[in-house]
Amino acid sequence: MSYFREIIDGGWSLVEGMRVTVRRLFQPLVTVQYPRKHIRMSSAYRGHIELKVFKETGTHNCIACGTCERMCPSGVIKVQGVKEQAKSPKVATHYVIDFTRCSLCGLCVETCPTQTLEYSKEYDLVGETRWDGVIDLMARLETRRAKTV
Amino acid sequence: MPKKFLDPVVDQIYTLNLGPQHPSTHGVLRVLLDLDGEFIVRADPVIGYGHRGHEKMGENRLYKQFLPNTSRMDYLSGLLYNHGFVLAVEKLAGIEVPPRAQYIRVICSELNRISSHLLWFGTYVMDLGGFTPFLYAFDDREQVLDTLDHVTGSRLTYSYCRFGGVIQDIDSEFIGMARAFVSRLRSRWKDYHNLVTRNIIFIKRTKGVGVITPELARQYGVTGPNLRACGIPFDVRKMEPYEVYDRFDFEIPVGSSGDAYDRYMVRIEEMEQSCRIIEQALDQLPKGPFLAEKVPHRIKPPKGEVYFAFESARGLTAYYLVSDGSQYPYRCHIRVPSLGNLHVIEDVFRNTLVADAISILGSIDLVIPEIDR
Amino acid sequence: MGNELGTEWVRLIIGLFAVLAFSQLNALFLVWLERKVAGHIQLRPGPMEVGPHGLLQTIADGLKLVGKELITPRAADRRLFVMAPVLVFMPVLVGFLVIPFSPELILRDMNVGILLIFAFSTFTVLAILAGGWASNNKYALLGAIRSVGQSVAYEIPLLLAVLSVVLMTNSMRFSEIVEAQSKVWFIFLQPVAGLIFLICATAETNRAPFDIPEAESELVAGFHTEYTGMRFGLFFLAEYTNMFIVSAVATSLFFGGWHGPLWIDFKIPGIFWFLLKTYILIFVIMWVRWTFPRIRFDQLMNFSWKVMIPLSLANLLVTALIVKLV
Repeated sequence: MSYFREIIDGGWSLVEGMRVTVRRLFQPLVTVQYPRKHIRMSSAYRGHIELKVFKETGTHNCIACGTCERMCPSGVIKVQGVKEQAKSPKVATHYVIDFTRCSLCGLCVETCPTQTLEYSKEYDLVGETRWDGVIDLMARLETRRAKTV
Repeated sequence: MPKKFLDPVVDQIYTLNLGPQHPSTHGVLRVLLDLDGEFIVRADPVIGYGHRGHEKMGENRLYKQFLPNTSRMDYLSGLLYNHGFVLAVEKLAGIEVPPRAQYIRVICSELNRISSHLLWFGTYVMDLGGFTPFLYAFDDREQVLDTLDHVTGSRLTYSYCRFGGVIQDIDSEFIGMARAFVSRLRSRWKDYHNLVTRNIIFIKRTKGVGVITPELARQYGVTGPNLRACGIPFDVRKMEPYEVYDRFDFEIPVGSSGDAYDRYMVRIEEMEQSCRIIEQALDQLPKGPFLAEKVPHRIKPPKGEVYFAFESARGLTAYYLVSDGSQYPYRCHIRVPSLGNLHVIEDVFRNTLVADAISILGSIDLVIPEIDR
Repeated sequence: MGNELGTEWVRLIIGLFAVLAFSQLNALFLVWLERKVAGHIQLRPGPMEVGPHGLLQTIADGLKLVGKELITPRAADRRLFVMAPVLVFMPVLVGFLVIPFSPELILRDMNVGILLIFAFSTFTVLAILAGGWASNNKYALLGAIRSVGQSVAYEIPLLLAVLSVVLMTNSMRFSEIVEAQSKVWFIFLQPVAGLIFLICATAETNRAPFDIPEAESELVAGFHTEYTGMRFGLFFLAEYTNMFIVSAVATSLFFGGWHGPLWIDFKIPGIFWFLLKTYILIFVIMWVRWTFPRIRFDQLMNFSWKVMIPLSLANLLVTALIVKLV
């Protein structure tokens, strides 16, 4: 008796499963065909770091202290700066990151004493050589300032 | 089982290599199977293909710099491992955490646990041959990842927790998304039960398959849903409560027979209990700061050691930190649940079929990179 | 006499080319249909790039397969290895000889039509075994052995279900069986036999949930692990063509063949109804594939020997009784 019971119950469970899938057949699609359509990224998305342009000075505020360079777990950042006069603070002249090794932990942004780093929202990064992953933040800052001027 | 298979004749046995590149071993696991026809006589797991040296890195990094590593060991419960690490260091260094940060961390951890279980559900049924529930589970999982993305900025490897709190506060949009996700997941259970749980083919593939007895579980150190499916109600969140877990009202699902079907049911029930925790936490969320002040960037915990255990998606995970007073840990060891869970197959695989072996491996929910670290 | 012979030859050659062309076009269409159906069940669009809505995707895949290198493992049995894909594809083509597309469009209306199809479909078993053994690969061998056991076990209820229909119509000629369904389709008279036929047909063509021989997540790729390029393409094509043949036989035996529903009065050519019903059955087979997990091998054999065969034997007995008494 349980033999027939099992066959009938089992068969009915299969039919119910098929009902679930056929209902999904007629539901709208949930995928987006990238790159024909883009999805909006969240506002908290962490891309590679950028130097912030401060409104008061019109430029960055990096004093080339090297805290971000020492804090980065992967050793991605290289900063260099010059001291113009004896009493003035250092100003950064070179700021280069190797984005191929960045783990997007955000420790550099947090530990910066002058809050001069922020996240960019870039995600369409494409390059042909490994050196395309090395990003020169000073050059990017100059292009941004040239655009706003 | 006929006696013939218990004493194999030597020249009938051949070795099959379930190699490191296989669609169903989750990660780079190699299992050497000695087969007699289709029955497995001996199973020998080989690990180490994914060793990356995280524990050595732990000795050469500041406590704060080790945070990205924690997410990458078990990438499916990245936030849970993050959470556990900051809890261990806070215990070692004696840092107070504001209550709002505690609630936020618990909510995000439970969301991460749900996403890990959803992925397990999809891949388990895919191992058994049904390709569709995988896509449905991922559709639900997208909502969790979008919710966590909104507040942390990442989808898989979060570095969200810091010593003393979190880096960013949650806003009303996150709370709305979390509540919407919980209600949507609850409406999905009916479909999943019709499609998978009550399906006669699925029941036949998982009932009575891969029975882990409580003695075997104790012997090998099996933890997590596998242990609870055997009948032992051990969950770190209830046994040694940490954070604010003692303020929530949730149950621990326990199975009875320890087969693959029970492990499946325990995990489905756990997702439901996690939903309950999230709802209660969102209701009880206090106002206040989200990060403790005056926590130095380079913390120097006092000399000593801490062994902090928490419940990750796979079982009992623990951080063993030894500090010698400097900014770098002297030793940073992680106890992962997948190691004990994996080696139980040496006993369980005997006298099972190869197809059952795949089913058992999938039901134990292994993530091999966390074994190799 | 010579005139008749001439037209007979012409008819044969045109028929041959039509069969070849139809089988290729059919496989092309079915691969696209499978991917689209799978996509939409899984809430995604499937192929959309090549051609409008991905219609030319199969041509692109075929070209890619043709361009791949044909690798033969060094220790493989060369002759069997090369012959196996051909052996799989040929018997399926033979089945097209007797399918009743419409009252005029049967290539050869043999009086043992059904027997021909099932006799030739047994060749597939041999070819799969040859392919698996000749690959010199343990996974392939496991897949081939499972496939032999499965095919043999599910042939029997298949033939018993067909035998019930043959008992009712007293002939194995396809056109007579379809003619006998002009009033009521046999699916209403023999629902159990129809269900058994569909289940066993799915098992014979190695489709999920009976696709143990090519279990993708268990044995990498089963018996066609070592096949590359167009050899793999031939296995693939053979599976889809076999699916069409089996659905066509089910349509002719149970669902009325070229007859439309009774309440349609105006003249629609029979081939349209035949193809419509066949493709609906193929859609059902695809729908089943994407819903259920795989059955374990020993449970599969248990199911066949302990459930399917007793059921089909009981069905045959009841049919014989009723045919004798009525």
